[in-house]
Amino acid sequence: MSAVVKATDVHKRFHSLEVLKGVTLEVAEAEVVVVLGPSGSGKSTFLRCLNHLEKIDSGRIEVNGHLIGYRERGDGSLREERGRVVARQRAEIGMVFQRFNLFPHMTVLENIVEAPVQVKGMARRAARDVAMDLLEQVGLPDKAAVYPARLSGGQQQRVAIARALAMEPKLMLFDEPTSALDPELVGEVLDTMRALATDKHMTMVVVTHEVGFAREVADRAVLMDDGVVVEDAPPKKFFSKPEHPRTQQFLSKIL
Amino acid sequence: MPPIVIGAGLFGGSCGGDVTGFDVSCFRFILGSDVWFEPFLLVLVITVVAQTAGVILGFPLALARVSPSRLVRAPANFYLWLFRGTPLLLQILFVYDGTAELTNNSPLLFPITRNAVIAGIVTLTLNEAAYMAEIIRSGLQAVDAGQVDAAKALGMTRWTVTRRIVVPQALRIVVPPTTNEYINMSKNTSLLVIISVHELLQQASAFYSANFRYFEALAVAAIYYLVITSLLTFVQRRIEDRFGERLDREGLAQPGFFRRALMGTQR
Repeated sequence: MSAVVKATDVHKRFHSLEVLKGVTLEVAEAEVVVVLGPSGSGKSTFLRCLNHLEKIDSGRIEVNGHLIGYRERGDGSLREERGRVVARQRAEIGMVFQRFNLFPHMTVLENIVEAPVQVKGMARRAARDVAMDLLEQVGLPDKAAVYPARLSGGQQQRVAIARALAMEPKLMLFDEPTSALDPELVGEVLDTMRALATDKHMTMVVVTHEVGFAREVADRAVLMDDGVVVEDAPPKKFFSKPEHPRTQQFLSKIL
Repeated sequence: MPPIVIGAGLFGGSCGGDVTGFDVSCFRFILGSDVWFEPFLLVLVITVVAQTAGVILGFPLALARVSPSRLVRAPANFYLWLFRGTPLLLQILFVYDGTAELTNNSPLLFPITRNAVIAGIVTLTLNEAAYMAEIIRSGLQAVDAGQVDAAKALGMTRWTVTRRIVVPQALRIVVPPTTNEYINMSKNTSLLVIISVHELLQQASAFYSANFRYFEALAVAAIYYLVITSLLTFVQRRIEDRFGERLDREGLAQPGFFRRALMGTQR
């Protein structure tokens, strides 16, 4: 299987604070990788580097064989790509945020149609059809004409997933997609994500604290701590016989 | 300078009686004079034209102020520094008289140097654009960063993010302070008295310089200004009501909406 994500020795610092201290991670096609770790471990920052919402200081990130956010110069050094090129790269990577970030001035349907029309130049009518299919898929076909503020958090997040899928991404990034939700709304979002993994075989990188989801859906669980990948194993092994003491320590706190 | 008495006074009365204190008859006479019609209309027109032009000009200035490029930011910053850092009254004299002298009365500038109303509108617009730029900039920056992240993640370019996501949300934040600026502008038009624009204050001075009834003439001018600002306040309320209604229909107007919707936290 070919690698969709190939991150090599990624370093990232915010001023004097080094957040990523050499992260290396590969994700194969149709693979679901769950990234766990204590807060401040750099897992969200790493995710944001994967679609160049954050610049990296060194290392390289490839998605589908393309260098993300940078272009290689003759001497092998990297130079940041122009905005237009980065935008085109991002169009193939879907992202779902902790706080949904739906556009409040647009209806649900408009939220989903916006990027296909503005970015891909898709005809509005065709984009609407796609959007309605997706709303069906996430179980909200009757909410098309509603503004996001009228939806529950769980519904908003499902719309956000549909909005990302409308761009037909080859990779989906989830940044703590259920952390801002009331407990009773977590299930519906996880179900949507599960369906995406099992029915659509989407390649997914999920930063989350949902251990149940990791156990059931993930192909691999990864522990990040203090800016590095500490453990990277199939969930069965990860949760029952982790190799690294820091993983055991982390699991003893959350299980 | 128009004569003091043109046509009949609406409320009768006359000036010139030897009254000490408030001269009711003279006040009635000035209040009812039909010569106020023209300056009244002129103030309204200058207000709407200059303020609207100021809003339009303020937009690119605001976008330039938040640009990541220093080359774009610098001229905008300079413009604001200049127009917010000098008195409006000085700017008015500068544009009307200063440019004429500097260019040795170039006919190219006659539209401005030979027409006080145009010169006044131009100056008020240039000045207001600086203040509108700040109002619009604060609106742009009040839009949650998560909105920009989400739009970028969908593959939108910087310009598309600004045009489709940031500006529409900023507009809602900017509407109330902008309607306020219309009211401010209506009063700033009085400064044009210095270049002899035939506005309300000049009309008042035409009265009091003839009969020395300062209080009565200025009181009448004040009343006409209040009529204009009340009119603008009424329009402002209508706009904000309709605006609020739309927000409500969209489910945006509940208390704490902006924080909640822009931060995206659930209800």
